[in-house]
Amino acid sequence: MLARRMFDLPGMGWKNAFAEMERMRREMDRLSYALFSGPQSRPISSGVFPALNITEDKDNYYVRAELPGMKADEINLQVEARNLGISGERKIHSEGENVKYHRREREAGKFARVIELPGEIDADNVDAHMVNGVLSLTIHKSEAAKPKQIIIKTV
Amino acid sequence: MAESKELQIKEKQEVASPGEHTRPGLVFTPAVDIFETDREIMLLADIPGVARDDVTIDLRDGILTITGDVKPWEGPDESDVLVEFEIGRYYRQFSLSKVIDQDKIEANLQDGVLRLVLPKAEKAMPKKIAVKAA
Repeated sequence: MLARRMFDLPGMGWKNAFAEMERMRREMDRLSYALFSGPQSRPISSGVFPALNITEDKDNYYVRAELPGMKADEINLQVEARNLGISGERKIHSEGENVKYHRREREAGKFARVIELPGEIDADNVDAHMVNGVLSLTIHKSEAAKPKQIIIKTV
Repeated sequence: MAESKELQIKEKQEVASPGEHTRPGLVFTPAVDIFETDREIMLLADIPGVARDDVTIDLRDGILTITGDVKPWEGPDESDVLVEFEIGRYYRQFSLSKVIDQDKIEANLQDGVLRLVLPKAEKAMPKKIAVKAA
């Protein structure tokens, strides 16, 4: 009977305590699932526009950025030593006097970003294309930066 | 004139319910501007990386579905140095009221921006009623 009296209070009994922990664990699981779900974990972002994907093979670096609505001459590209600078302004022209907006999700504004590439590059040999709103750069690595095979001689 | 503000980076929004899509790969929700004039409703969607042939605009039962396929642009020999965004298809659905004249919808894709013009049906346009003197 004493035991029964103790467990009368909500949240104080043994069974209830574990239920509380269980509920908290489920909440944490749901929270972490919401943060990290998806086929891969969230990509790291430096927080500066535009988001860049940089890849390399043995001869070149490839840099890609998504810049919808921009034309090739609105983007300013600069290469200096190992730094690549991308800047410009995205303008969204107003559509007229008498328009009512239902959704307004696209953003306009200036952007400027400089990124340092991991190896020496040949600044005279940079190829840039703008197709369907995606900027693709092919940057040749300088000869010194290309990987070289060293042959081991046996005596 | 005020100086234009700086663009902030935005994570690409993945579609909330991945279970509905049977093809593998990521699916994103494109940013969209929708506005209305007297004669039409315009929809502008940012879908970079989608070519003209890879956009599907489907309209049935009053539901407008926009799908854009993106061809992977990386060669097989490339290794990653920095990956800040993922590549995937674009998908978004809207329900259209019956005031749209569905036969006259126009679509235009340029620089990764899709522009859809949805003309309003005749009876939905505001009409000025002239008040005649008695």
